[in-house]
Amino acid sequence: MTAAGTWRFLIDVAKCEDCNNCLLACKDEHVGNHWPGVTLPQPRRGARWMNVVRKERGQYPHVDVAYRPTPCQHCADAPCVAASGGAIARRPDGIVLIDPDKAKGRRDLVESCPYGAIDWNEELSVPQKCTLCAHLLDTGWKEPRCVQSCPTGALKVVRLDDAEAARLATTEGLLPLHPEHGTKPTALYRSLARFEKCFVAGSVAAETNGVVDCVAGANVTLSRGAEVVATATTDAFGDFKLDGLEEGSGRYALAVSGPAGRGIRLEVEVTTSVSLGVVPI
Amino acid sequence: MALDTAKVSVLLYGLEKLLRLTARRHPSFAARLKEKDLVAHVRLRDGTQGRTFTFEGGVVRSRAGIHGDPQVVLSFETAAIAARLLDPRRSQLDFVSAAKTFQMEALGDDENVVWLSQTLNMLASIGTEYGVDAGNGVRRFTSNTNGGVVFVYVKDGKILRITPIELAAEDAEGWSVEARGKSFSPPRKSTVNAHTLAWKSLVYSPDRLLTPMKRVDFDPDGERNPQNRGTSGYVRISWDEALDLVAKEIQRVKQQHGPGAILNGSGSHHTWGALGYWLSARLRFFNNVGWTPVAHNPDSWEGWYWGAAHHWGQSARNGGGETYNTVEDLLQNCEMVVFWSSDPEATSGVYGAHDGTVRRQWLKELGIPLVHIDPYYNHTAALFGGKWIAPRPGSDSAMVLAIAHVWMTEGLYDKSYVAERTVGFDKWKSYVLGEDDGIPKTPEWQEKETGVPAKDLRALAREWGTKKTYLAAGGIIGFGGACRTANGIDWARGMVCLMGMQGLGKPGVNMGCLQQGTPVDTRFYFPGYSEGGFSGDLAGTAAAVNVYPRMPMAPSMNSVQQMIPRLKIPEAVVDGACDGYPTDPRTIEGQFFRFQYPSPGHSKVKLYYKYGGSHIGTMTETNRFARMYRTDALEFVVNQSIWLEGEAKFADVILPACTNFERWDISELANCGGYIHHAFTQMNHRIAVLQHKCIEPLGESKSDFQIFLDLAKRLGIGMAFSEGSSELDWCRRYFDATDLPKAISWEEFAKKGYYVIPPLPANRRDPVSYRWFAEGRAKDTPELTPLPGDYTHGFRNGLQTQTGKIEFESSSLKRFDPDDPERAPILKYVPSWEGPHATELYAKYPLQLVSPHPRFTFHTQSDGKESFVNDITDHRTRIGGRDWWIVRLNPADAAARGVADRDLVTVFNDRGAVVCAAQLTGRVGPGTVHSYESCAVYDPAGEPGRSADRGGCINILTPSRMQIKKSHSIAAMSCLVEIRKATEEEVAP
Repeated sequence: MTAAGTWRFLIDVAKCEDCNNCLLACKDEHVGNHWPGVTLPQPRRGARWMNVVRKERGQYPHVDVAYRPTPCQHCADAPCVAASGGAIARRPDGIVLIDPDKAKGRRDLVESCPYGAIDWNEELSVPQKCTLCAHLLDTGWKEPRCVQSCPTGALKVVRLDDAEAARLATTEGLLPLHPEHGTKPTALYRSLARFEKCFVAGSVAAETNGVVDCVAGANVTLSRGAEVVATATTDAFGDFKLDGLEEGSGRYALAVSGPAGRGIRLEVEVTTSVSLGVVPI
Repeated sequence: MALDTAKVSVLLYGLEKLLRLTARRHPSFAARLKEKDLVAHVRLRDGTQGRTFTFEGGVVRSRAGIHGDPQVVLSFETAAIAARLLDPRRSQLDFVSAAKTFQMEALGDDENVVWLSQTLNMLASIGTEYGVDAGNGVRRFTSNTNGGVVFVYVKDGKILRITPIELAAEDAEGWSVEARGKSFSPPRKSTVNAHTLAWKSLVYSPDRLLTPMKRVDFDPDGERNPQNRGTSGYVRISWDEALDLVAKEIQRVKQQHGPGAILNGSGSHHTWGALGYWLSARLRFFNNVGWTPVAHNPDSWEGWYWGAAHHWGQSARNGGGETYNTVEDLLQNCEMVVFWSSDPEATSGVYGAHDGTVRRQWLKELGIPLVHIDPYYNHTAALFGGKWIAPRPGSDSAMVLAIAHVWMTEGLYDKSYVAERTVGFDKWKSYVLGEDDGIPKTPEWQEKETGVPAKDLRALAREWGTKKTYLAAGGIIGFGGACRTANGIDWARGMVCLMGMQGLGKPGVNMGCLQQGTPVDTRFYFPGYSEGGFSGDLAGTAAAVNVYPRMPMAPSMNSVQQMIPRLKIPEAVVDGACDGYPTDPRTIEGQFFRFQYPSPGHSKVKLYYKYGGSHIGTMTETNRFARMYRTDALEFVVNQSIWLEGEAKFADVILPACTNFERWDISELANCGGYIHHAFTQMNHRIAVLQHKCIEPLGESKSDFQIFLDLAKRLGIGMAFSEGSSELDWCRRYFDATDLPKAISWEEFAKKGYYVIPPLPANRRDPVSYRWFAEGRAKDTPELTPLPGDYTHGFRNGLQTQTGKIEFESSSLKRFDPDDPERAPILKYVPSWEGPHATELYAKYPLQLVSPHPRFTFHTQSDGKESFVNDITDHRTRIGGRDWWIVRLNPADAAARGVADRDLVTVFNDRGAVVCAAQLTGRVGPGTVHSYESCAVYDPAGEPGRSADRGGCINILTPSRMQIKKSHSIAAMSCLVEIRKATEEEVAP
């Protein structure tokens, strides 16, 4: 880490449990407080500078839930900066700030952000968003309020230059959110697949002497043509979950092979995450 | 003797000088002296020595001898006694003892006596520095909440921010646990809950009560119009008017009706602080008034108290278990964790903030498999994964029996443990196997009851029976969930029975989920709030054990022997009679003493002094409460509340209380003591806190202490209530009662605001819970209970049960009522009386509603009130400018009712209707719906108590029936409802 780099959020989707401490710490810091040079006060209600978005996958009883904290991405190529005519600027340390004087009345700037990270403060008539608590970082705080209050480590900030950030992303498998927006977001995410990919899950069971039992240790293979896309071994409950599939990716072949030569082959259509329920073999 | 006389003369002469000097040095003290003009005599009772003090226009003068007409007389029996007690280094015990034996008396009007006493006490405290300078005119104070300790940054008398505490370099080093080749230690900071971070919005809430108020059509000397409670609106009145009115009503009711006519009750919780808590100031006040208390049911512990305690004792913990050093044992030895009705990521161990979360991340790091049994795919399951098993609500005990069946038939249990450490197994086994009723409790049998596939049940039983398993039953050991169903008693005792089969206390076989049992120092004494603060209430709190002897004070005792069970308040008030069973955790049998209301020769209640507004959101079938207020059964209702919400809106007079950020208090993080003895083992660091008075009370609001003191002075019990001490004086007295003075000076503690109690070195950590029991040794865990007389084989030998063993067949239930079909001495399956077996009702209301404790609020605290929490999307849903409570239902159930996500729907049954926003989710199966309890907002669409609530008080729908007749137990989690789209009328603003 160098003092000269860019402040960046590191966000781990798998560690977020929707406790909302980040959202509330942000409100605690900004509602009723004016931080000159950084931001006007946040309205008491409604602002979501740190927005935790929920994604539920699958169907009862095979479901999982992930949460994605989604603040301003502090983009290097921020469309809000471009649209603002000087009302929004990116500081040398990477923090994108809205100048409330220059941005007054600029409701259009809310729409400029493809991440939906800019709120409209009706009362003050200004667009507002996450400042990374620049007023705190500038006075010696090591992290913004949301990060300080995060109990799971889902939220972190680092200060890295672009090359260091790229290395970190490569070694730790971090990804930007929606790079297709082309805004060069500086925030980096871990486990985004929990949000963006889908799964095929089921419970393998077999009947022996009239008694149905879970089948542990069965091999489950998902393939498309000759290509094996995913494999899993069932757990003690016969459960398997083949994750990381693209939504809407179409037909797959699912093969289950259990003990004593028992098995089954199924066709699975993947539009979104799917629970196959009990898979008898 | 002559020496004492001389010493008294010098001390009294010096006192004048000290008062004048202090006033010169400290403007605030000079201002204090200006508050009153009075003459005080400090004298010996026989008049042989004394000095006259004159306070006039802020100037103190004194002269030897007894002159003029005094407003206050401080009288001592002898010069020797006076010499001792006037010495600033006097012992508090000596002082209190002298007062109790009338060796010392303070005579005069309470107002003057209390003022003088507090003024003299200020001499010792003035000039102390509180809080740390944070630069730029900002001061950093400390406080404590139901969801964690905090720093409070204040500028210009206004709270800037509230943050978790990051430990300083000089604070004690933390602990670490070595397990499976890894080393685990917690971060050096405190964690907080969302409701803690909402506090700024609660302090500055538009719903804050800033002045006393009177109902517009309430006239104490004319028409009282009780029928309009809840609708008639309020007018602002002065404190003098309010206090005079309330004091006069208390006096009138006592005079007209005699003992018992005054009812007081509170919510289960309060703003944090050992002195301000409802078990402290409130009890001290009402004990000195004489009152009928609302008897609390063991609320979140129901099944444990009324059920589990009969099989393993632990009555002092309301039937929950020991919690010592299980974090280390689990990490080192456990092979699987079963979370059964346990969602610590939502309930945070009550007061544990998120300290347990980081430890459960270690669980994941070690790859220990997890199972979650809960009708809702809860937040712990969502964060950590594992197998989710979703029984129908209220069917858990059928799962218990089937698991036992698998273990019994497949030999998957600890036979020698069962033989040596338990009794009654064969009798239970015979029932489980169906030898006595012809119904083997097989996995297939339970599937019909629970909906859990037999194969899954068998797989679970086999895994559990072959792996060293921790059972997390409830949010901690006990607490919430299934223990609040119609047969929660059976579920809780089933948990004990299953552990009895697997060898509770053996390495890796125990209870918990890393929520409790950190290796902090349990031997360092700091009392929890259940020890009663300065209540001096030896009967109603745990004060007698430690606080009372360590913090010398006069005891307080209620002179009225009458109480009303909380769940039956409306029946008691409206019908004038009811019965109940007590929450008396001293012994297992304490709960058997049925009591009746009214007590012999006692008045029915006529005056209800309610503390806060929570019951409509937290009790059961709560339209009852709204309807009760609108009868004439209560002549006068006063509510002392921070916010205008819930029940407060039904009061005749409202007294505005302030939050803990606006008063002095002292406490420890998460330390409630009592029913969760050593509750701080949930925390990664033990942190004791001086809760600074960070800001002045908002508007005209006052601390509870001050409101009670102001009333007490009008009722002639001002000194009995306060002992002449201010809130800050009591903080100091409390500090002196703890082990803190051995570790940190008062001055340093006052400034810094907190002290981290160092953990013990690894070789002195507590033994693991129940290891002693499993190994047949004397108890070696640091738990004072059970009482010596409750041990059959001598102090600390065996459990509290009659046999000293885990009893599959309960001795206490055999003695009490062996033929009770609702609670047999062995666990049997009794279908929920509100569920699929209630055939007619189920046909009408086919959805089973579960309503667990809320995740983002602390009961009603931080809900509504324009709190920040309302912006959390999984707490409320904003539609049409209103924040709606959420009901979660399966997409199949929604489709069958034409309901889409975010539709406004009405959840209803014969008890009432609540309008909610629908959330469609696979986190509940078809037939189950989920909505949290503890809504703060009661907003009836029409007549209160008889129309749909738009606020979200889901407890309007829950049954008021006791789990079993011979109990005082909530069964809120057994509730049948139907859902339809809301009507225009119901949702209209």
